[in-house]
Amino acid sequence: MEAKEIIARRVAQEIKPDTLVNLGIGLPSMVANYLPKEVHVFFQAENGVIGLGARPPEGMEDPDLTDAGGGFVTAVPGAASIDSAMSFGLIRGGHLDMTVLGGLQVDERGYLANWMVPGKMVPGMGGAMDLVAGAKQVIVAMVHTAKGKPKILHECSLPLTAQRRVSLVVTEMAVIEPTADGLVLKEAGPDTTVDEILSATEANLIVRGDVPKMRI
Amino acid sequence: MKQSMTAGDAAELIPDGATLLIGGFMGVGSPHRLIDAIVERGAKNLTLVANDTAMPGKGIGKLVTAGCLSRVIASHIGLNPETQQKMISGEIDVDLVPQGTLVERIRAAGVGLGGILTPTGLGTLVENGKQIVTVNDQRFLLEEPIHGDFALIAAHQADYVGNLEYSLTAHNFNPIMALAGKTVIAEPQSIVPVGVISPDSVKTPGILVDHLLERQPDGS
Repeated sequence: MEAKEIIARRVAQEIKPDTLVNLGIGLPSMVANYLPKEVHVFFQAENGVIGLGARPPEGMEDPDLTDAGGGFVTAVPGAASIDSAMSFGLIRGGHLDMTVLGGLQVDERGYLANWMVPGKMVPGMGGAMDLVAGAKQVIVAMVHTAKGKPKILHECSLPLTAQRRVSLVVTEMAVIEPTADGLVLKEAGPDTTVDEILSATEANLIVRGDVPKMRI
Repeated sequence: MKQSMTAGDAAELIPDGATLLIGGFMGVGSPHRLIDAIVERGAKNLTLVANDTAMPGKGIGKLVTAGCLSRVIASHIGLNPETQQKMISGEIDVDLVPQGTLVERIRAAGVGLGGILTPTGLGTLVENGKQIVTVNDQRFLLEEPIHGDFALIAAHQADYVGNLEYSLTAHNFNPIMALAGKTVIAEPQSIVPVGVISPDSVKTPGILVDHLLERQPDGS
Protein backbone atom coordinates (compact mmCIF):
# COMPACT_ATOMS: atom_id res chain seq x y z
CA MET A 1 0.00 0.00 0.00
CA GLU A 2 1.21 3.48 -0.86
CA ALA A 3 2.44 5.63 2.03
CA LYS A 4 -0.25 8.26 1.59
CA GLU A 5 -3.02 5.69 1.61
CA ILE A 6 -1.70 4.14 4.83
CA ILE A 7 -1.68 7.58 6.45
CA ALA A 8 -5.14 8.55 5.20
CA ARG A 9 -6.66 5.22 6.29
CA ARG A 10 -5.14 5.49 9.77
CA VAL A 11 -6.19 9.11 10.29
CA ALA A 12 -9.75 8.24 9.22
CA GLN A 13 -9.97 5.95 12.27
CA GLU A 14 -9.49 8.97 14.55
CA ILE A 15 -12.62 10.72 13.30
CA LYS A 16 -15.58 10.44 15.62
CA PRO A 17 -19.23 10.55 14.50
CA ASP A 18 -21.19 13.80 14.56
CA THR A 19 -18.18 16.08 14.70
CA LEU A 20 -16.96 19.04 12.68
CA VAL A 21 -13.70 18.26 10.88
CA ASN A 22 -11.41 20.39 8.72
CA LEU A 23 -9.11 18.57 6.31
CA GLY A 24 -6.15 20.44 4.85
CA ILE A 25 -5.43 20.34 1.13
CA GLY A 26 -3.35 17.53 -0.40
CA LEU A 27 -2.78 14.37 1.63
CA PRO A 28 -5.17 15.32 4.48
CA SER A 29 -8.08 15.67 2.04
CA MET A 30 -7.65 11.95 1.14
CA VAL A 31 -8.84 11.04 4.65
CA ALA A 32 -12.48 11.61 3.63
CA ASN A 33 -12.21 8.69 1.18
CA TYR A 34 -11.63 6.19 3.99
CA LEU A 35 -14.28 7.25 6.45
CA PRO A 36 -16.74 4.40 7.14
CA LYS A 37 -20.19 5.17 5.70
CA GLU A 38 -21.86 4.93 9.11
CA VAL A 39 -19.66 7.69 10.53
CA HIS A 40 -21.44 10.93 9.73
CA VAL A 41 -19.43 14.10 10.13
CA PHE A 42 -19.57 17.58 8.68
CA PHE A 43 -16.44 18.67 6.88
CA GLN A 44 -15.58 22.33 7.02
CA ALA A 45 -13.79 24.17 4.24
CA GLU A 46 -12.46 27.33 5.83
CA ASN A 47 -13.30 29.42 2.77
CA GLY A 48 -16.89 29.14 3.88
CA VAL A 49 -18.82 25.89 3.94
CA ILE A 50 -19.82 23.42 6.60
CA GLY A 51 -20.89 20.20 4.93
CA LEU A 52 -18.38 19.93 2.13
CA GLY A 53 -19.34 17.24 -0.39
CA ALA A 54 -17.56 15.34 -3.14
CA ARG A 55 -16.38 16.79 -6.42
CA PRO A 56 -19.35 17.40 -8.75
CA PRO A 57 -19.72 15.54 -12.06
CA GLU A 58 -18.10 17.37 -14.95
CA GLY A 59 -20.39 20.07 -16.30
CA MET A 60 -22.22 20.42 -12.97
CA GLU A 61 -19.71 22.65 -11.19
CA ASP A 62 -20.89 25.82 -9.43
CA PRO A 63 -18.26 28.57 -9.77
CA ASP A 64 -19.35 29.86 -6.34
CA LEU A 65 -18.73 26.55 -4.56
CA THR A 66 -15.13 25.53 -4.03
CA ASP A 67 -12.98 24.10 -1.26
CA ALA A 68 -10.05 25.82 0.41
CA GLY A 69 -7.77 24.57 -2.37
CA GLY A 70 -9.94 26.28 -4.97
CA GLY A 71 -11.28 23.00 -6.41
CA PHE A 72 -14.96 22.57 -7.29
CA VAL A 73 -16.99 20.74 -4.65
CA THR A 74 -20.59 20.10 -3.71
CA ALA A 75 -22.44 20.70 -0.46
CA VAL A 76 -24.17 17.86 1.38
CA PRO A 77 -27.80 18.10 2.53
CA GLY A 78 -27.78 20.11 5.74
CA ALA A 79 -24.80 22.19 4.67
CA ALA A 80 -24.37 25.84 5.63
CA SER A 81 -22.49 28.56 3.78
CA ILE A 82 -20.71 31.06 6.01
CA ASP A 83 -18.46 34.07 5.71
CA SER A 84 -14.81 34.11 6.71
CA ALA A 85 -15.40 35.72 10.12
CA MET A 86 -17.87 32.96 11.05
CA SER A 87 -15.59 30.32 9.58
CA PHE A 88 -12.58 31.37 11.62
CA GLY A 89 -14.76 32.13 14.61
CA LEU A 90 -15.71 28.46 14.56
CA ILE A 91 -12.05 27.47 14.27
CA ARG A 92 -10.68 29.69 17.05
CA GLY A 93 -13.77 29.50 19.21
CA GLY A 94 -13.44 25.82 20.05
CA HIS A 95 -16.24 24.66 17.73
CA LEU A 96 -14.01 22.72 15.38
CA ASP A 97 -13.48 19.20 16.74
CA MET A 98 -10.54 18.23 14.58
CA THR A 99 -8.19 19.51 11.94
CA VAL A 100 -5.92 17.30 9.86
CA LEU A 101 -2.94 19.13 8.40
CA GLY A 102 0.21 18.31 6.48
CA GLY A 103 3.57 18.98 8.08
CA LEU A 104 7.12 19.93 7.17
CA GLN A 105 8.51 19.28 10.66
CA VAL A 106 7.29 18.22 14.11
CA ASP A 107 9.47 18.33 17.20
CA GLU A 108 9.75 16.81 20.68
CA ARG A 109 7.53 19.51 22.15
CA GLY A 110 4.85 18.47 19.69
CA TYR A 111 5.18 21.77 17.83
CA LEU A 112 4.43 21.85 14.12
CA ALA A 113 6.13 23.79 11.32
CA ASN A 114 4.21 23.69 8.06
CA TRP A 115 3.93 27.10 6.49
CA MET A 116 7.27 28.35 5.20
CA VAL A 117 10.83 27.54 4.25
CA PRO A 118 12.74 30.82 4.61
CA GLY A 119 14.34 31.87 1.33
CA LYS A 120 12.64 29.08 -0.61
CA MET A 121 8.92 28.87 -0.05
CA VAL A 122 6.93 31.74 1.41
CA PRO A 123 3.34 31.00 0.42
CA GLY A 124 1.78 32.52 3.52
CA MET A 125 0.12 30.75 6.40
CA GLY A 126 -3.42 31.02 5.06
CA GLY A 127 -5.61 29.43 7.72
CA ALA A 128 -2.98 27.09 9.17
CA MET A 129 -2.06 29.17 12.23
CA ASP A 130 -5.69 29.64 13.23
CA LEU A 131 -6.41 25.94 12.73
CA VAL A 132 -3.49 24.80 14.87
CA ALA A 133 -4.14 27.40 17.55
CA GLY A 134 -7.87 26.81 17.68
CA ALA A 135 -9.01 23.30 16.76
CA LYS A 136 -9.81 20.99 19.67
CA GLN A 137 -7.68 18.24 18.14
CA VAL A 138 -4.82 18.75 15.70
CA ILE A 139 -3.64 15.74 13.71
CA VAL A 140 -0.53 16.00 11.57
CA ALA A 141 -0.64 13.70 8.55
CA MET A 142 2.67 13.50 6.73
CA VAL A 143 5.20 11.08 5.26
CA HIS A 144 7.83 10.18 7.83
CA THR A 145 10.89 11.55 6.03
CA ALA A 146 11.65 14.04 3.26
CA LYS A 147 14.19 12.74 0.72
CA GLY A 148 15.46 10.36 3.39
CA LYS A 149 15.88 13.08 5.99
CA PRO A 150 13.89 12.93 9.24
CA LYS A 151 10.99 15.38 9.64
CA ILE A 152 10.40 14.52 13.29
CA LEU A 153 13.17 16.41 15.03
CA HIS A 154 14.50 17.40 18.45
CA GLU A 155 13.46 20.96 17.63
CA CYS A 156 11.88 22.43 14.51
CA SER A 157 14.37 24.44 12.46
CA LEU A 158 11.61 25.98 10.33
CA PRO A 159 9.30 28.75 11.61
CA LEU A 160 6.56 27.33 13.82
CA THR A 161 2.90 27.36 12.87
CA ALA A 162 1.84 27.66 16.51
CA GLN A 163 3.22 27.20 19.97
CA ARG A 164 0.83 24.40 20.70
CA ARG A 165 1.38 20.70 21.24
CA VAL A 166 -0.42 18.84 18.46
CA SER A 167 -2.63 15.86 19.38
CA LEU A 168 -1.26 13.14 17.12
CA VAL A 169 1.24 12.60 14.33
CA VAL A 170 0.42 9.93 11.74
CA THR A 171 2.98 8.81 9.16
CA GLU A 172 3.24 5.67 7.04
CA MET A 173 5.79 4.37 9.56
CA ALA A 174 4.32 5.35 12.90
CA VAL A 175 1.59 6.84 15.04
CA ILE A 176 3.15 9.21 17.55
CA GLU A 177 1.45 11.01 20.41
CA PRO A 178 3.13 14.16 21.70
CA THR A 179 2.80 14.35 25.50
CA ALA A 180 4.21 16.49 28.29
CA ASP A 181 6.96 13.84 28.68
CA GLY A 182 7.82 13.80 24.97
CA LEU A 183 6.86 11.88 21.86
CA VAL A 184 5.30 8.49 22.62
CA LEU A 185 5.44 5.84 19.90
CA LYS A 186 1.94 4.35 19.89
CA GLU A 187 1.87 2.21 16.74
CA ALA A 188 4.17 1.06 13.98
CA GLY A 189 3.30 1.07 10.29
CA PRO A 190 2.09 -2.19 8.72
CA ASP A 191 5.51 -2.99 7.24
CA THR A 192 7.71 -1.19 9.73
CA THR A 193 9.81 -2.29 12.72
CA VAL A 194 10.48 -0.12 15.76
CA ASP A 195 14.16 -0.01 14.85
CA GLU A 196 13.32 1.32 11.41
CA ILE A 197 11.16 4.04 12.98
CA LEU A 198 13.88 5.03 15.43
CA SER A 199 16.50 5.32 12.69
CA ALA A 200 14.18 7.44 10.51
CA THR A 201 13.43 9.80 13.42
CA GLU A 202 15.79 12.39 14.86
CA ALA A 203 13.62 13.13 17.90
CA ASN A 204 13.75 10.89 20.94
CA LEU A 205 10.77 8.55 20.95
CA ILE A 206 9.38 7.04 24.12
CA VAL A 207 8.80 3.32 23.52
CA ARG A 208 6.69 1.60 26.18
CA GLY A 209 6.63 -2.20 25.87
CA ASP A 210 5.48 -3.83 22.67
CA VAL A 211 4.44 -1.39 19.99
CA PRO A 212 1.33 -2.64 18.16
CA LYS A 213 1.05 -2.48 14.37
CA MET A 214 -1.44 -0.11 12.75
CA ARG A 215 -4.64 -1.92 11.81
CA ILE A 216 -5.74 -0.56 8.48
CA MET B 1 -32.30 54.31 -4.15
CA LYS B 2 -29.10 53.95 -6.11
CA GLN B 3 -28.35 54.32 -9.78
CA SER B 4 -26.11 51.57 -11.08
CA MET B 5 -22.88 52.56 -12.81
CA THR B 6 -20.43 51.00 -15.24
CA ALA B 7 -17.24 49.33 -14.02
CA GLY B 8 -15.22 51.94 -15.91
CA ASP B 9 -16.92 54.82 -14.09
CA ALA B 10 -16.42 53.06 -10.77
CA ALA B 11 -12.71 52.57 -11.46
CA GLU B 12 -12.37 56.32 -12.06
CA LEU B 13 -13.43 56.92 -8.45
CA ILE B 14 -10.35 55.08 -7.18
CA PRO B 15 -7.23 57.26 -7.09
CA ASP B 16 -3.66 55.98 -7.30
CA GLY B 17 -2.26 55.18 -3.87
CA ALA B 18 -5.60 54.11 -2.39
CA THR B 19 -6.02 51.17 -0.02
CA LEU B 20 -8.48 48.63 -1.44
CA LEU B 21 -10.21 45.87 0.46
CA ILE B 22 -11.16 43.30 -2.19
CA GLY B 23 -13.34 40.27 -1.52
CA GLY B 24 -12.60 36.80 -2.83
CA PHE B 25 -10.89 33.52 -2.12
CA MET B 26 -8.67 32.33 -4.96
CA GLY B 27 -10.82 34.25 -7.39
CA VAL B 28 -14.15 32.93 -6.06
CA GLY B 29 -16.37 35.81 -4.97
CA SER B 30 -14.12 38.57 -6.35
CA PRO B 31 -15.45 41.64 -8.19
CA HIS B 32 -13.99 40.62 -11.55
CA ARG B 33 -15.42 43.42 -13.71
CA LEU B 34 -14.17 46.09 -11.29
CA ILE B 35 -10.72 44.51 -11.22
CA ASP B 36 -10.60 44.51 -15.02
CA ALA B 37 -11.60 48.18 -15.07
CA ILE B 38 -8.90 49.12 -12.52
CA VAL B 39 -6.31 47.36 -14.68
CA GLU B 40 -7.68 49.15 -17.74
CA ARG B 41 -7.42 52.54 -15.99
CA GLY B 42 -3.77 51.77 -15.24
CA ALA B 43 -4.02 52.43 -11.49
CA LYS B 44 -0.72 52.60 -9.62
CA ASN B 45 0.68 52.29 -6.15
CA LEU B 46 -2.41 50.67 -4.66
CA THR B 47 -2.38 48.85 -1.33
CA LEU B 48 -4.34 45.62 -1.59
CA VAL B 49 -5.99 43.97 1.39
CA ALA B 50 -7.37 40.57 0.42
CA ASN B 51 -7.25 36.97 1.50
CA ASP B 52 -4.94 36.02 -1.37
CA THR B 53 -3.68 37.21 -4.76
CA ALA B 54 -5.44 34.41 -6.71
CA MET B 55 -3.51 33.09 -9.69
CA PRO B 56 -1.80 34.92 -12.58
CA GLY B 57 -4.46 35.99 -15.05
CA LYS B 58 -7.34 35.45 -12.65
CA GLY B 59 -9.15 38.00 -10.46
CA ILE B 60 -6.79 39.86 -8.13
CA GLY B 61 -3.88 38.20 -9.92
CA LYS B 62 -4.48 40.64 -12.80
CA LEU B 63 -3.68 43.59 -10.49
CA VAL B 64 -0.36 41.93 -9.66
CA THR B 65 0.51 41.32 -13.33
CA ALA B 66 -0.46 44.87 -14.37
CA GLY B 67 1.82 46.44 -11.74
CA CYS B 68 -1.04 48.23 -9.95
CA LEU B 69 0.09 47.21 -6.46
CA SER B 70 2.89 48.45 -4.23
CA ARG B 71 1.73 46.75 -1.05
CA VAL B 72 -0.21 43.57 -0.30
CA ILE B 73 -1.72 42.48 3.01
CA ALA B 74 -2.91 38.88 2.57
CA SER B 75 -2.93 35.48 4.22
CA HIS B 76 -1.74 33.48 1.22
CA ILE B 77 0.18 34.18 -1.97
CA GLY B 78 1.24 30.59 -2.62
CA LEU B 79 -0.75 30.06 -5.81
CA ASN B 80 0.57 33.21 -7.45
CA PRO B 81 4.29 32.88 -8.25
CA GLU B 82 4.21 36.39 -9.71
CA THR B 83 3.35 37.91 -6.31
CA GLN B 84 6.20 35.93 -4.78
CA GLN B 85 8.66 37.12 -7.46
CA LYS B 86 7.60 40.74 -7.00
CA MET B 87 7.91 40.34 -3.24
CA ILE B 88 11.47 39.00 -3.59
CA SER B 89 12.45 41.72 -6.08
CA GLY B 90 11.06 44.38 -3.73
CA GLU B 91 8.45 45.68 -6.17
CA ILE B 92 5.63 44.70 -3.82
CA ASP B 93 5.83 44.91 -0.08
CA VAL B 94 3.97 41.84 1.27
CA ASP B 95 2.60 41.54 4.78
CA LEU B 96 1.37 37.99 5.54
CA VAL B 97 -1.39 37.76 8.13
CA PRO B 98 -3.14 34.60 9.41
CA GLN B 99 -6.50 34.32 7.67
CA GLY B 100 -8.65 34.45 10.79
CA THR B 101 -6.67 37.41 12.11
CA LEU B 102 -6.94 39.22 8.79
CA VAL B 103 -10.72 38.98 8.65
CA GLU B 104 -11.09 40.06 12.29
CA ARG B 105 -8.74 43.03 11.82
CA ILE B 106 -10.92 44.18 8.92
CA ARG B 107 -14.05 43.53 10.96
CA ALA B 108 -12.60 45.51 13.89
CA ALA B 109 -12.12 48.49 11.60
CA GLY B 110 -15.66 48.15 10.32
CA VAL B 111 -17.37 47.83 13.69
CA GLY B 112 -15.47 50.44 15.64
CA LEU B 113 -13.16 48.25 17.69
CA GLY B 114 -9.65 49.38 18.57
CA GLY B 115 -8.20 45.98 17.75
CA ILE B 116 -8.63 42.33 18.56
CA LEU B 117 -6.99 39.90 20.96
CA THR B 118 -6.21 36.53 19.37
CA PRO B 119 -4.20 33.47 20.38
CA THR B 120 -3.31 32.86 16.72
CA GLY B 121 0.34 33.62 15.98
CA LEU B 122 1.61 33.47 19.58
CA GLY B 123 5.12 32.05 19.64
CA THR B 124 5.54 32.45 15.86
CA LEU B 125 7.01 35.04 13.50
CA VAL B 126 3.60 36.76 13.52
CA GLU B 127 4.24 37.80 17.13
CA ASN B 128 7.22 40.01 16.22
CA GLY B 129 6.77 43.63 17.25
CA LYS B 130 3.30 43.11 18.65
CA GLN B 131 1.96 43.72 22.10
CA ILE B 132 0.98 40.67 24.17
CA VAL B 133 -2.01 41.16 26.43
CA THR B 134 -2.90 38.79 29.27
CA VAL B 135 -6.57 38.35 30.09
CA ASN B 136 -7.60 35.94 32.86
CA ASP B 137 -4.14 34.33 32.72
CA GLN B 138 -4.43 33.68 29.01
CA ARG B 139 -2.04 35.36 26.59
CA PHE B 140 -3.21 37.03 23.37
CA LEU B 141 -1.69 39.05 20.56
CA LEU B 142 -3.06 42.55 20.11
CA GLU B 143 -3.83 42.97 16.42
CA GLU B 144 -4.80 46.37 15.05
CA PRO B 145 -7.72 47.24 12.76
CA ILE B 146 -7.27 47.43 8.98
CA HIS B 147 -9.27 50.20 7.30
CA GLY B 148 -9.77 50.59 3.57
CA ASP B 149 -10.33 53.67 1.45
CA PHE B 150 -12.49 51.46 -0.74
CA ALA B 151 -14.13 48.09 -0.31
CA LEU B 152 -14.79 46.27 -3.56
CA ILE B 153 -17.47 43.70 -2.94
CA ALA B 154 -18.74 40.85 -5.11
CA ALA B 155 -22.33 39.81 -4.45
CA HIS B 156 -24.72 37.30 -5.93
CA GLN B 157 -27.65 39.67 -6.07
CA ALA B 158 -28.47 43.26 -5.14
CA ASP B 159 -31.53 45.48 -5.17
CA TYR B 160 -31.53 49.22 -5.90
CA VAL B 161 -31.37 50.05 -2.21
CA GLY B 162 -28.00 48.32 -2.29
CA ASN B 163 -28.97 45.33 -0.18
CA LEU B 164 -26.67 42.41 -0.95
CA GLU B 165 -27.13 38.68 -0.95
CA TYR B 166 -24.22 36.27 -1.36
CA SER B 167 -23.87 32.76 -2.69
CA LEU B 168 -22.17 29.70 -1.11
CA THR B 169 -18.39 30.05 -0.75
CA ALA B 170 -18.48 33.40 -2.57
CA HIS B 171 -19.32 35.06 0.77
CA ASN B 172 -15.81 34.78 2.19
CA PHE B 173 -14.43 38.27 3.05
CA ASN B 174 -17.15 40.25 1.22
CA PRO B 175 -19.74 40.86 3.98
CA ILE B 176 -16.96 41.84 6.41
CA MET B 177 -15.16 44.17 4.02
CA ALA B 178 -18.43 45.94 3.23
CA LEU B 179 -18.23 47.33 6.78
CA ALA B 180 -14.66 48.56 6.59
CA GLY B 181 -14.29 50.63 3.43
CA LYS B 182 -14.80 54.41 3.53
CA THR B 183 -16.39 54.00 0.11
CA VAL B 184 -18.07 50.71 -0.73
CA ILE B 185 -18.56 49.62 -4.33
CA ALA B 186 -20.63 46.47 -4.87
CA GLU B 187 -20.53 44.34 -7.98
CA PRO B 188 -23.62 42.11 -8.09
CA GLN B 189 -24.23 39.45 -10.71
CA SER B 190 -27.80 40.65 -10.97
CA ILE B 191 -29.95 43.48 -9.62
CA VAL B 192 -33.56 42.80 -8.71
CA PRO B 193 -36.41 45.19 -7.86
CA VAL B 194 -36.56 46.46 -4.29
CA GLY B 195 -38.57 44.05 -2.19
CA VAL B 196 -37.56 40.91 -4.06
CA ILE B 197 -34.74 40.08 -1.64
CA SER B 198 -36.24 38.94 1.64
CA PRO B 199 -35.00 41.00 4.62
CA ASP B 200 -33.88 37.71 6.15
CA SER B 201 -31.61 37.06 3.16
CA VAL B 202 -29.84 40.42 3.22
CA LYS B 203 -26.30 39.91 4.52
CA THR B 204 -25.09 43.44 3.75
CA PRO B 205 -27.68 46.15 4.36
CA GLY B 206 -27.86 48.66 1.52
CA ILE B 207 -27.01 51.59 3.78
CA LEU B 208 -23.39 50.34 3.70
CA VAL B 209 -23.16 50.38 -0.09
CA ASP B 210 -22.18 53.66 -1.77
CA HIS B 211 -22.05 52.56 -5.40
CA LEU B 212 -23.67 49.73 -7.26
CA LEU B 213 -22.23 48.30 -10.47
CA GLU B 214 -24.67 47.59 -13.25
CA ARG B 215 -25.75 43.97 -13.54
CA GLN B 216 -23.58 41.45 -15.30
CA PRO B 217 -24.10 42.00 -19.05
CA ASP B 218 -26.02 39.22 -20.79
CA GLY B 219 -23.98 36.37 -22.06
CA SER B 220 -20.89 37.03 -19.95
